[in-house]
Amino acid sequence: MTMTDAPTATSVIGQRLLRKEDPVLLTGEAVFANDMKVPGALHMAVLRSPYASATIVSIDTSAAAAMPGVRAVYTGADLAEQWAAPMPCAWAVTEDMLNPPHHPIAIDAVHYVGDGVAVVLADSDAIAHDAIEAIDVEYDSREPIIDLDDALSDRVLVHPDLGTNSSYTWNLLIEETDGAVQKAFDEAAYTVSERYVQQRLIPMAMEPRAVVSIPQPFGGDLTLYTSTQIPHVLKVMIAVTLGVPEHQLRVIAPAVGGGFGSKLDVYAEELLCVALSRKHGVPVRWNETRSENTVATIQGRGQIQHMELAADADGKLTAMRVRLTADMGAYMQLITPGIPLLGAFLYAGVYDLPKAYDFSCTGVFTNLTPTDAYRGAGRPEATYAIERAMDALAAVVGLDPLEFRRRNFIRKEQFPYEACTGLTYDSGDHDAAATIAADMIDYAGVRARQAEQNVDGATKRLGLGVSTYFEMCGLAPSRVLASLNYSAGGWEAATVRILPTSKVQVVTGTSPHGQGHETSWSMIVADKLGIDPADVDVLHSDTTIAPLGMDTYGSRSLPVGGVAVGMACDKVIDKAKQIAAHQMEANVDDLEFTGGVFRVAGSPDKEMPLAAIAFEAFTAHNLPDGLEPNLEAQVTYDPPNFSWPFGTHMCLVEVDIETGAIEVLQYVAVDDCGNQVNPMIVEGQVHGGVVQGLAQALFEGADHDADGNLRTSTLADYLVPAASDVPSITTGRSVTPSPTNPLGVKGVGEAGTIGAAPAVMNAIVDALSGLGVHDVSMPASPNTVWNAIHAAQSTTSPNGGPQ
Amino acid sequence: MIPAAFDYVRAESAEEAISLIGQHGDEAKFIAGGHSLLPMMKLRLAQPSVLIDIGRLSDLSYIRDGGDHIAIGAMTRHMDVETSDLLEQHVPLLAHAAGHVGDPQVRHRGTIGGSIAHADPASDLPATTLALGATYIAQGPNGTREIAASDFYQTFFESALNADEVLTEIRVPKMNGAGWSFQKFNRRAQDWAIVGVAAWRNGDQAGVGLVNMGATPVLATSVAAAIAGGASVAEAAEQAAADADPQADLNASVEYRQHLARVLTRRALETASA
Ligand SMILES: Cc1cc2nc3c(=O)[nH]c(=O)nc-3n(C[C@H](O)[C@H](O)[C@H](O)COP(=O)(O)OP(=O)(O)OC[C@H]3O[C@@H](n4cnc5c(N)ncnc54)[C@H](O)[C@@H]3O)c2cc1C
Repeated sequence: MTMTDAPTATSVIGQRLLRKEDPVLLTGEAVFANDMKVPGALHMAVLRSPYASATIVSIDTSAAAAMPGVRAVYTGADLAEQWAAPMPCAWAVTEDMLNPPHHPIAIDAVHYVGDGVAVVLADSDAIAHDAIEAIDVEYDSREPIIDLDDALSDRVLVHPDLGTNSSYTWNLLIEETDGAVQKAFDEAAYTVSERYVQQRLIPMAMEPRAVVSIPQPFGGDLTLYTSTQIPHVLKVMIAVTLGVPEHQLRVIAPAVGGGFGSKLDVYAEELLCVALSRKHGVPVRWNETRSENTVATIQGRGQIQHMELAADADGKLTAMRVRLTADMGAYMQLITPGIPLLGAFLYAGVYDLPKAYDFSCTGVFTNLTPTDAYRGAGRPEATYAIERAMDALAAVVGLDPLEFRRRNFIRKEQFPYEACTGLTYDSGDHDAAATIAADMIDYAGVRARQAEQNVDGATKRLGLGVSTYFEMCGLAPSRVLASLNYSAGGWEAATVRILPTSKVQVVTGTSPHGQGHETSWSMIVADKLGIDPADVDVLHSDTTIAPLGMDTYGSRSLPVGGVAVGMACDKVIDKAKQIAAHQMEANVDDLEFTGGVFRVAGSPDKEMPLAAIAFEAFTAHNLPDGLEPNLEAQVTYDPPNFSWPFGTHMCLVEVDIETGAIEVLQYVAVDDCGNQVNPMIVEGQVHGGVVQGLAQALFEGADHDADGNLRTSTLADYLVPAASDVPSITTGRSVTPSPTNPLGVKGVGEAGTIGAAPAVMNAIVDALSGLGVHDVSMPASPNTVWNAIHAAQSTTSPNGGPQ
Repeated sequence: MIPAAFDYVRAESAEEAISLIGQHGDEAKFIAGGHSLLPMMKLRLAQPSVLIDIGRLSDLSYIRDGGDHIAIGAMTRHMDVETSDLLEQHVPLLAHAAGHVGDPQVRHRGTIGGSIAHADPASDLPATTLALGATYIAQGPNGTREIAASDFYQTFFESALNADEVLTEIRVPKMNGAGWSFQKFNRRAQDWAIVGVAAWRNGDQAGVGLVNMGATPVLATSVAAAIAGGASVAEAAEQAAADADPQADLNASVEYRQHLARVLTRRALETASA
């Protein structure tokens, strides 16, 4: 193992080990689904609807079917019999939630641009793509509904049979006494009422999706390779939707080039490939093109948020009202309806809010690509709303935004803190994180520079933005998920197996796709067993090799799956200890295990290394009575609480008020994810996360025209920032170990994204506040910023000061 | 993102390219660097049935001193334009603008001839060569002709070049020490300009070319006229959108484009006048 730093601790934990998984990725040797050579496979292409809302009048497939190399062409009607159940939605958030049947391929009507209407199987991808162009579909198109407020009005219905576009309304009203919220607003010294729009985002994983379904020649078994985050969940869902016996299915996620939530789903093309490969008895594969990915893979966010805050004369929060309208898109995908509710518990952020919280969310159908989880899923939205609104309220109260936050922080001594929502925040120290961030960016110094620079007539204005966050992640515990009507659990499984030659195999139910679990899990095992991380192999993402698992999303892998690995190590050590005690003729309780060696307390000459015990366990020649051979232990861990990382981000921008151009001068991220297994990996997650949050603030937005056509369907139009477009990010940390799990760890996969967008937007608004600008919508393109300045100037006094 | 099927032939000389396009007619297209054509083919916005590859015509890749002008072969890559000492010395505005095209990958493949023949009003080099008063040389079945940059651009992706002509050379007058500036305004470093301004000034003479301000690259003659008439830079820059007819797109409204043209022109002329 190579190290990039001198070790900071004697333990492996906390070292900056380079990632085991990188050499194959960097040399191009990693095998992604579309790299697989599969002789005899048929290539599938999907014809997609150009209309956002239409009835299918007729489909003529004859010309396509007659093309050389085309093996079959199917319409939705042809395949209707294939589906044992509609596509799954695992989160019916209310008893009466409306969820129209959704089939992998439209049967008689299409509901968004990109909805599949026919599929071709051909000898090559190119032939399949040529053939779909030869399919002639007659549509009877209808007016689509694109705008969320318009959809709420039910003026036009996405699914006429439902009678409404509103799928559900989910409420969470927490009041000490009836009417507490209204009373607090009535008595408040200060209030704000803000409206924010979370634009739709395209997750844009570097690898689009790819699927290869391979039926075995005899016996009915089938192996599915797919670019997914959730091989385990997918296996169950395929069994249910296709009626395939689950024990005959093997799902493998090979190298997966990013997901960000977009591959936390059960997709039409996966079901189509499985169904058609079974029907034809040959492998069927599909490879998503980049532009196809922008409409056929889920999009993220898509919410209108109304935030109302009340504060007393000291500037202490007294009540909060949240109203959300959430864009479901045309159908419910796997957890579409639940995404906004993942944020429902976090709108109070890191603040001490009394029992006066009124939250309500309405999920609405539109004629657009379905939405679903996207990095942070519900929590970036919540953090954005509260952090923007806190700035607005600070301005009303007349306090510096950081000072205003400090007055409202949940204090260190309040932890564990029972939030008004009933959840328990296990640990935190917001003042400390904020102070570290303020020192790193030189908060007072920046404020002074700002006062000097942002004078009347100045073209370039400085803005400093603060955002603090609490994240509810680690998606677990199962019982809490059940109370939210989520239909799966939140446990994770791990097996630790010491081989006869003392190398170690770890089997994990997490399904890494860029997060570095192979490295981190090896470090946890190496630390526990006193061995070299290079001697650990981590097996994952194959439902036959790792049959138990709940996969990777929601920053859950380390605080649930990694903890399970640590616990399995403990179990193995316990068993090895019995063998060691037996062989050294000592009492088990007198044995110590350090640095990979068992020693008998008080008898320095008596010791046995784990390696020797591994071999003894394998030969089984001399084991204690009743003890089974081999050193292997399995753990399924269902944590008692979520994981609660937190932090403070600060951002310094300079806005050119003539052009609206924004330059991010400095970005500081202080994240507290408890104990850090590998700080380099933590920083990598924070960097990527911050860039994605900053991208929502400044660059990205899925833009649809009034007909529902995506106008940002290529990477020339959908502005994913590149390295040259983002600032150098300075990371800092505080370490508040989680008391919930034995490793003291918390998730960090989404933290950066959660902190970044509000920090950037608060900075922009701060820069422009002298011009009377109160809000800028995302993404803050130069044109948008320029418009905001103009709108404000036309209502402010000529000297540029707010009225 | 998979192009329709096409045939491919490689031309060994400009003459051969012309005769090949004569044989294949309307359905054929030249391909140089491919960095404008291939993306359109992948999106199936262009579906030529034959590609005639002129990318290896190395005798069209050169940068030479032509006395009062610099002559640039059409197949010269953006990277070679960017790093040419000769251009740096005599036409620094063009070398600098070439360094703003796309990203390094694009600059290593894309050609100046392809960029001009493609006649994309959002591209950097058409407006820059227009501002500099360049002349383009076209070779067809009936010989060679010169086309002034100001006569070349007709509308979106359409130029005075006939389908059977190859653009062979770009002649750019030497700048003779004029001050200059290239202002490219975009959201990401690799992107096309939302608005771009290529400007030079020598005393009361000035040239201003606008990128992405209409159906063609725009020569802002009103600005040059104002400078010639003794207007201040700020006054002249107010005329920047006068000759343009910009469109709205995802990045900019019409008003914002006009505003940017004025601001960027002022900034460019301030630099060019310093
Ligand atoms: C990601 C990306 C970013 C880019 N960013 C920018 C940018 O910021 N600014 C910018 O200006 N450009 C940009 N470009 C375009 C780039 O500069 C292209 O290389 C250039 O526009 C076309 O040159 P080419 O040699 O690639 O032409 P090709 O794509 O090969 O051809 C373009 C067209 O011109 C015709 N043609 C080519 N050469 C000749 C010739 N000698 N005679 C007659 N006809 C000819 C072809 O038939 C075709 O119709 C970008 C391209 C990409 C892919």
